[in-house]
Amino acid sequence: MPKRTDMQNILIIGSGPIVIGQGCEFDYSGTQACKALREEGYRVVLLNSNPATIMTDPELADRTYIEPITPEFIAKVLHQEKRLGQPIDALLPTLGGQTGLNCAVRVAELGILDEYGVEMIGADREVIHRAEDRTEFKRAMERIGADVPRSEIAHTWDEARRAVDRVHLPCVIRPGYTLGGEGGGFARTMEEFETIVNRGLAASPVDEVLIEEDLCGWKEFELEVMRDRADNVVIICSIENFDPMGVHTGDSITVAPAQTLTDKEYQRMRDSAIAIIREIGVETGGSNIQFGVDPCTGRQVVIEMNPRVSRSSALASKATGYPIAKIAAKLAVGYTLDEIPNDITQKTPASFEPTIDYCVVKIPRWTFEKFADADETLTTQMKSVGEGMAIGRTFKEAFQKAIRSMEIKRFGYGLDANDKWLAARRQSRDSVEHASGEARFTATSTEAPPDTQEEHAGEWPIPDEVLRDKLTNPCQGRPYYIRYAFKMDWTVEKVHALTGIDPWFLENLHELVECENALLAGEYSGELKSAGYSDVQIAAGRGAVGARPVYKLVDTCAGEFEAETPYYYSSHEGGMIRLGDPVPYVDDEIRVGDKEKVIVLGGGPNRIGQGIEFDYCCCHASFAARESGFESVMINSNPETVSTDYDTSDKLFFEPLTHEDVFNICDRLNGDAGQDGGLVKGVIVQFGGQTPLNLAQGLKDAGVPILGTSPESIHEAEDREAFQQILRELSLLQPPNGIAFNLDGAVEVAERVGYPVLVRPSYVLGGRGMEKCNNEADLTAYMSEAVKASDRNYTGRCEHPVLIDKFLIDAIEVDVDAVADFGSPGDHTDRDCMICGVMEHIEEAGVHSGDSTSVLPPYSLGDLVVEDMRRSTRKLAERLNVCGLMNIQFAVLNRTVYVIEVNPRASRTVPFVSKATGVPWARVATRVMLGEPLRGVADSYGAVCGMRPAHVSIKAPVFPFTKFPGVDVILGPEMRSTGEVMGIDRSFGRAFAKAQIGCGLSLPTVGNALVSVNDPDKPRVVPIARDLRDMGFSIYSTTGTKRVLEQAGIRATLVSKSTETGAPFLKDLILDGTLDLLVNTPIHTGSASDEGRWRAAATMRRVPLITTLAGARAAVEAIRSMKQDAEVGPTGALGVRALQDYITPPND
Amino acid sequence: MLALEDGTVFVGGAFGATGTQSGEVVFNTSLTGYQEILTDPSYCRQIVTMTSPHIGNYGVNTEDEESARPQVAGFVARQIAGRYSNHRAEGGLGEYLQRHGVIGIEGIDTRALTKLLRVEGSMRGLITTEHDDPAQCVKLAREAAPMEGADLVSEVAPTETSTWSTGLSADTGDQPSAPHRVVAIDCGMKRNILRHLVTRSGPVTVVPPTLSADAILHLRPDGVFVSNGPGDPSAVHATIETLRGLVGRVPIFGICLGHQMLALALGASSFKMKFGHRGANQPVRNEITGRVEITSQNHGFAIDPQSLERSGAIVTHVNLNDQTLEGFSHPDKLLFAVQYHPEASPGPHDATYLFDSFCEMMSTGRSAHTV
Repeated sequence: MPKRTDMQNILIIGSGPIVIGQGCEFDYSGTQACKALREEGYRVVLLNSNPATIMTDPELADRTYIEPITPEFIAKVLHQEKRLGQPIDALLPTLGGQTGLNCAVRVAELGILDEYGVEMIGADREVIHRAEDRTEFKRAMERIGADVPRSEIAHTWDEARRAVDRVHLPCVIRPGYTLGGEGGGFARTMEEFETIVNRGLAASPVDEVLIEEDLCGWKEFELEVMRDRADNVVIICSIENFDPMGVHTGDSITVAPAQTLTDKEYQRMRDSAIAIIREIGVETGGSNIQFGVDPCTGRQVVIEMNPRVSRSSALASKATGYPIAKIAAKLAVGYTLDEIPNDITQKTPASFEPTIDYCVVKIPRWTFEKFADADETLTTQMKSVGEGMAIGRTFKEAFQKAIRSMEIKRFGYGLDANDKWLAARRQSRDSVEHASGEARFTATSTEAPPDTQEEHAGEWPIPDEVLRDKLTNPCQGRPYYIRYAFKMDWTVEKVHALTGIDPWFLENLHELVECENALLAGEYSGELKSAGYSDVQIAAGRGAVGARPVYKLVDTCAGEFEAETPYYYSSHEGGMIRLGDPVPYVDDEIRVGDKEKVIVLGGGPNRIGQGIEFDYCCCHASFAARESGFESVMINSNPETVSTDYDTSDKLFFEPLTHEDVFNICDRLNGDAGQDGGLVKGVIVQFGGQTPLNLAQGLKDAGVPILGTSPESIHEAEDREAFQQILRELSLLQPPNGIAFNLDGAVEVAERVGYPVLVRPSYVLGGRGMEKCNNEADLTAYMSEAVKASDRNYTGRCEHPVLIDKFLIDAIEVDVDAVADFGSPGDHTDRDCMICGVMEHIEEAGVHSGDSTSVLPPYSLGDLVVEDMRRSTRKLAERLNVCGLMNIQFAVLNRTVYVIEVNPRASRTVPFVSKATGVPWARVATRVMLGEPLRGVADSYGAVCGMRPAHVSIKAPVFPFTKFPGVDVILGPEMRSTGEVMGIDRSFGRAFAKAQIGCGLSLPTVGNALVSVNDPDKPRVVPIARDLRDMGFSIYSTTGTKRVLEQAGIRATLVSKSTETGAPFLKDLILDGTLDLLVNTPIHTGSASDEGRWRAAATMRRVPLITTLAGARAAVEAIRSMKQDAEVGPTGALGVRALQDYITPPND
Repeated sequence: MLALEDGTVFVGGAFGATGTQSGEVVFNTSLTGYQEILTDPSYCRQIVTMTSPHIGNYGVNTEDEESARPQVAGFVARQIAGRYSNHRAEGGLGEYLQRHGVIGIEGIDTRALTKLLRVEGSMRGLITTEHDDPAQCVKLAREAAPMEGADLVSEVAPTETSTWSTGLSADTGDQPSAPHRVVAIDCGMKRNILRHLVTRSGPVTVVPPTLSADAILHLRPDGVFVSNGPGDPSAVHATIETLRGLVGRVPIFGICLGHQMLALALGASSFKMKFGHRGANQPVRNEITGRVEITSQNHGFAIDPQSLERSGAIVTHVNLNDQTLEGFSHPDKLLFAVQYHPEASPGPHDATYLFDSFCEMMSTGRSAHTV
């Protein structure tokens, strides 16, 4: 069937901010969909609140609305487009994750789609309901005879109690319509059952939980299914979970294709999947269906279905080369599978099932170290923030590559710096000499440990009961404990009994341990490399290093057809003899070509502090390199991203970002010409966050040209003493500070600069390990922990020292992004530095910049201060010989500007600034790095230095606190947000209101507001409380604050922080919904404090909670705007405008 | 060691039996179903390379056998599992192959081998645990009999008539949905074909491919099925002759080699493909319904569609990857056939409707509406 011609304007809904359970995979799928639909001539209108996405680049869609994803705003977009004369015909809801899907259902239910005559394509409301509603889904499964787990639905605690009598404990509780299983859990006892049911009911927007038969220990599988209008159905990929049921699939190590199903079992699953997609009625597009299999009997049950593209479908696309989202978009407009070509082979159609001749392993990436009180046990609620994927010819090779991709100081399965066993062995030998190769690599890795509780396991040998416990309870470090168990001669059977992991997987891990033992015994064999061992590991085992891999193609067809798309992975393969040829031939599929190449290093797995923003920059670097006539090459290990889409770059290498893996690619691509004058123009390291920066010096030392600001300059900016010297030279101010290598030194510095102080290890990302210390006790506690966060060698000495800054109370923090060409390789003389954007933070200095709400242009700073910062930026750019992007953080106190930090690389704010100013800054920077003069490039994009847009853009952070119940939500110097939204409008108040709505917090315009602040804040909270009262809020207050407010003539109702007094208990008022808005600046923090507990409760209940005065002031402003707009009329309240219209205002 | 006639030699690890065997080296892209592939008689005299790197993961069991024993001349894999894991497993793949005298090689770059076969076409090869001189092995590979012109049916087909009465579900209480007397000409038939036939029409009379048309008609069948099998279809003269005698006198359904022989009986011509179709992901479009089926395939020869159409037959199924012929019927005669394997095993079940079509043809005396 050809494409439909009865529609022209299609609305795509994105997934909004990155949160746990909904990452940048939806930018990947949405971007593909936008491109696919425009390729077919449709006019694409996009709604997404996340500015860090490629899909919200103004050239990706015809109309881009960076507005909150709510039914109200969808209605506004429909209204606006209709008003402008091109009404929306269709809504494609299946590409924006659960957020997009839920929102689409709600607009349909509210009758908005009917009102505007919009058709839902792909999956309609009934289909989504059948798939998502537990009861409906179960009924549908019964109709087609598919086996499902015993289960009951409950809407109240009483219903739940009756249900559990039929289902039996232990059981699983899953709330309806939530992301990543939020609020769900596994209950063994009635006590646990009650807690989880109540939490689940609260989390579910429809007050519904599913109580289900416990399938813990069963094998878990997923199938990715596609269907077209002609009812053709194909399975794109099968995925088997390494971890058995009981661990959310997003938290499981997963393997593609499925490894332990016979054809009979696999086909039975395939038949079910096809029957399910037909019965649920997904008309076109992709779905993900999960199955559980009883390992003893083979009984197969259907767990759930997602009638949309998902995290797994992104993984499946990357794992097979089959672009699910792109095909889904084409199917939605009427094509059938046999009418769409397979991009990879170009000769065969998309109506086939990919088959692969390699193994794919995905490992999730967690950041528990950021949430001190979080429960690290892996359950049915997803907790990971990202994932890395690796491709190898065998499971062993892929598994070790995937571990290397995690960037957790592991270079494979054991034999590296984090190996307890190796450390114990070295200690016992009393040997300090290490393999030289290893020292070089470990020094550059600065990420979190793989198991933050690892120290609890004690030293080697690990006590039996500890190991048993580690194997029984799924946690992020479990695979490593499995290795320790094998090291201690535990059998596969014993480990299987404790973990439930399939013996086939365990056998592979056991074989790795045998491999490693052979290496250590000096019986080195060539198979080590093909089992995935890195040179770091082999060096640690004193084997010979330096073997080079071959590169194989991902081709969707296991070699049956020639692949046109250059999507590669490395592998170590044996050669073959060719008669008459004395040298064995090794098959390498790389097509080097003769074009000069620019290699872009991606950011690896998403984690807090390093996410989609960097991927955005990497993609733009690749686009710019192509634009400038180079061949662009991307290296990355993150399957969720746009950068690992095979058509983003001219060549894609799905590889871990370690020195060895990256260097081998550079070397291979450089061609025969040798390092000098080879085909590699250079490597771009400044866009992928800390990951590629850590590799820069090593690559440079190995002779690989680094493009842009030199690693030495970057180091100079990061090295405290060198940097201080530079600031003195340039007469720039810095908060008083010092550097310490131990506790005594730290106390000395703190006393010199005066408390409070900010302390942190050097070379960190996302404020890891950063804390504010108010006194010496805080500092002592910090220093004993600090050694862990910072890098450490075997002797335990801190390699990177601790930095101590005076904390500037009440200073305003400002982020400046700039691009400069002082270090350009070009021969032009008119070198320059351009300000991309000046962003004023709403929260005072001390809150991590990634967690702050920032405003562009600055809303309270005077022109002179801004000018001062501009001059400082230019001086620094020139002095550091910057070539490309740089980010500077300033603190402004009483009109004095202090330099906090300079990072001569792309910052997290680059995509936001690009959206706010309409200039693709990462692209500008890349072309500058390639040698073009900044002024010329800037002109070509219409960029103006320090442009001050007429509109206000606000970037607000989104936090994962609801995933970590009980964790205190107070902001601090350690970054904890997972994503961001952008609010854009004509005024500050409106933009702030939109940003808040985008974060999922609807500021109330009426109701009860709590005002409770610490002593220093008390006098200053009065005007805020007065404004709230004047706007009609009833004020509630705790004793101290109430006294201050009443002195100022503001009446407040008394509430109590504890249950002991007679006044209403604050936590009760939060839980029963009395309070609509909370303004609270903390006295005590931490989950153990009363305050921490009720703040956590407010977060779980989703009551807007503001923890800084600056934030409260902004909220007041926003509420005022919302009230004013509301008086204008319903459509006037917070109107919408496409990004294209901000950049080039229409003539209306 | 695995040696190819073009002079390429792979050295890997041995598994299964020891010894030396020659055969045509082919590759199969199925992700699952190695045991069904090993025991498919159509692989007689072929050394089968699995493109899926991990083989042996779920062991072997008697239920998944498509014939009484492995039929391949040799087996090539990237990695054989050190341990199998499945609730139905009765033993490991290595022991199984050893017991049945099949030589295996693992640890070689099977993707490089597959690409070589794709570019150069299927080649004769030698798999050995005995010889270690590459030149000698290549010489022996070149001495192997070519597949073209080889009648291999006699090596795998029965010589006696028998009855098969096991259906798809193992329990005996299976009631046929449309009882018919079906005679199946066994040229190396996969058991799952029989299971499908039995489930629908009851016990099947299985006859040798040498039985004459008159002898078959003497059994008074409601329909005749002609099976898959190994080798060059044009070399199986007796069976083609038999089919000529049956066409127009009884409803006929053919699969794979049966499809080719039926076409040849109608006057079409066959040719050897470069590297054939072997896998479980081949897209086929049913030209009558327009639907796409994902099919299981195993064939190295194909029918020239033009020659077939000249004989008056209608093309009903086309392979969407390369537009080759996958099925036909005839407007005047009660017959249809498919090149691929609707019985799957291994592979998808998308095309099992063809067994229903056969029943429909037998019941109504008219061509089925779907083919």
